[in-house]
Amino acid sequence: MKTDELIGMLATNIGAESGYARAGASQRFLLALGWGAFGSTLLMAVLLGVREDLRDAALLPMFWVKLAFPLSLAIAALFASERMGRPGMLLGRVRVALFVPVAIIWVLAAVSLAGASGAEREGLVYGQSWKECQQSIALLSLPMLVASFWAMRGLAPTRTRLAGGMAGLLAGAVGAAAYALHCPELAAPFLGAWYLIGMLIPALAGALVAPLLLRW
Amino acid sequence: MVDMAGSEQKLRELLLRGLAGDAAAYHGFLQSLGGHLRAYFRRRLSGLPDEVEDLVQETLLAVHNQRHTYESGQPLTAWAYAIARYKMVDMLRHRSVRAALSDPLDESAELLAASDSNASLEARRDVAQLLKDLPDRWRLPIVHVKLEGLSVAETALRTGMSESAVKVGVHRGLKALAARIRGEE
Repeated sequence: MKTDELIGMLATNIGAESGYARAGASQRFLLALGWGAFGSTLLMAVLLGVREDLRDAALLPMFWVKLAFPLSLAIAALFASERMGRPGMLLGRVRVALFVPVAIIWVLAAVSLAGASGAEREGLVYGQSWKECQQSIALLSLPMLVASFWAMRGLAPTRTRLAGGMAGLLAGAVGAAAYALHCPELAAPFLGAWYLIGMLIPALAGALVAPLLLRW
Repeated sequence: MVDMAGSEQKLRELLLRGLAGDAAAYHGFLQSLGGHLRAYFRRRLSGLPDEVEDLVQETLLAVHNQRHTYESGQPLTAWAYAIARYKMVDMLRHRSVRAALSDPLDESAELLAASDSNASLEARRDVAQLLKDLPDRWRLPIVHVKLEGLSVAETALRTGMSESAVKVGVHRGLKALAARIRGEE
């Protein structure tokens, strides 16, 4: 087929193709976020259980910080993923939005560590569940990881690894938010270390598998 | 030398009208973009002249299949250039040519620097042949709707498929065509 014949074919009856109008990039990611967040939260409730003293915990400001940290990262990663799904888009200012939540939690962690004695510091960093925390966040991120890769596969990422990494970070952040409803820890140093690592595991995994899954 | 800012604006306008359903504008967009792509690939792939027309066709099909990823506020050149470059790198990787592509990001302007409109060139890989190998549920909608220009309703009547299956068939079929060009499946 000659190129002008191909062009003629593509341009004929352009209104008669499904999947174009309804599959806008942002809607796709919002739909993925809905299903993925539902899946991750359900997995948390079934496997780990919501913490029993959630009512009391909800009165503590740190509980909301613990929830806001991954949620703000999730929003930033959502924008980043959507941009990375479009050819020719750069991360731009979204990069700042990705760093700000981490910077804030690290400042809070530094303040909390500075005011603690040597013996208390270890407890603030490791808490009682540092190992369980990272693994659980990575595990809970799986439903969202599937959803965000589904969304990304409907788009056209040209910087494949970065796109996979952002889709993975979105999954990690949603997994961490779900885990926050189970987790008993409240110290900022703990969040700045283990929550962050837990979220970076799926991000790294996403970047690693991206060349296999995101080719188009 | 082509007026680049003018090309960007003209192309963008044609695409936006095309996305709104104006087939003639969309045809003009693909034709004009095809010329720019041909010149661009010729320049970048001076050692591989046989690959140029294949790559032009592959990129045009990708542009069509991915047109929902274009955001109207975005520079069209950056969008089209990213697709063209992605397809070129993919082809080179496929050939395992270790051509060091020292290609800075702001070269997107280069895409509109020249145009080569010899669209009657034949590619080595024949899209028509690939189309013949598609399963009927995709092939028939493409042949009737996109090649013969029948309406969705007429195609549905003729093939016994539902109207929505015809629309889905066109969409999925063109994606499958792109996948086969890449050498998948």
